[in-house]
Amino acid sequence: MPVLRRPDLICREAVALVTDYLDGSLSRRDRRRFESHIRNCRNCSTYLAQIRQTIALTGTVEADDLPPKAQDELVELYRRWRSDR
Amino acid sequence: MTFVALEALVPFPALVGANGPDRRSPRPPSTLAGVEGDAELLAGLRNGDEDAFIALVRRYQPPLLRFAESLVGSRAVAEEVVQDTWMGVVRGLDNFEGRSAFKTWLFRILANRARTAAVREQSHSHAELPPAVDADRFDSSGAWAQPVVPWPDQADERLDAAAYRWALKDALQRLPHRQRQVVLLRDVEGLTGPEVCDILAINGGTQRILLHRARARLRDTLDRPVERA
Repeated sequence: MPVLRRPDLICREAVALVTDYLDGSLSRRDRRRFESHIRNCRNCSTYLAQIRQTIALTGTVEADDLPPKAQDELVELYRRWRSDR
Repeated sequence: MTFVALEALVPFPALVGANGPDRRSPRPPSTLAGVEGDAELLAGLRNGDEDAFIALVRRYQPPLLRFAESLVGSRAVAEEVVQDTWMGVVRGLDNFEGRSAFKTWLFRILANRARTAAVREQSHSHAELPPAVDADRFDSSGAWAQPVVPWPDQADERLDAAAYRWALKDALQRLPHRQRQVVLLRDVEGLTGPEVCDILAINGGTQRILLHRARARLRDTLDRPVERA
């Protein structure tokens, strides 16, 4: 992460810090600068909200169901393991 | 190489229900059941209960397979690695002390097996990559060149739309492998940053860079109008 010296963040910098912010890994100073920018910038505040929406929706994506054949194969392996035990 | 499973072409099942998106929380709800359920099933497994094994397989096989694909790049190899993982689970059951969640242990076994399979040499460099958000989205002062248009207030309507869910799932499949690995574990499976670093053997900074890029891409997918498949 480049050292950000100017007191105020610009949008490009704020956007680059979104994930670090959500992970709580910004320094206290950078967090304050980030939050101050977000409070005053409608575009970046919208972007942050959309990233949160994206994370939430990504958490609802389900993997495809297991085909019965694959499950049968695994159960067969399990039985073999159990009988060898 | 970009691997797109045939399943990616199948429209989403109903997704957003009781555990629908919480737009305030940076941590999504996990798609999987809680730890308590796992503990009971593990106890059954230790006693040789086949139903417990089947229940665990039903619960974890789909996400394991998806994650394995992101590690090894081929469905066939992924299936082998996952099968190997389950054998690692039953053989290692007696050594699992429950200090980590079963799910974390499971994904760690999988990642180790995939590394052992060594089917793919992956570049660990990301320094040359362009920024997560295209530079041309900003003007010369670093401010947004075009306004970021809020998604409609009735966001649920937009986000619940099957076409958007399909697009998101498809975009997940198309992410570069390392980004996909991290976002699957973090945002789909709901694991913590340190857990993901442990499973993938990467440091926190790398993990966040990969996650940041993945989320930016997925967000862009949702930002674009999506044609119904």
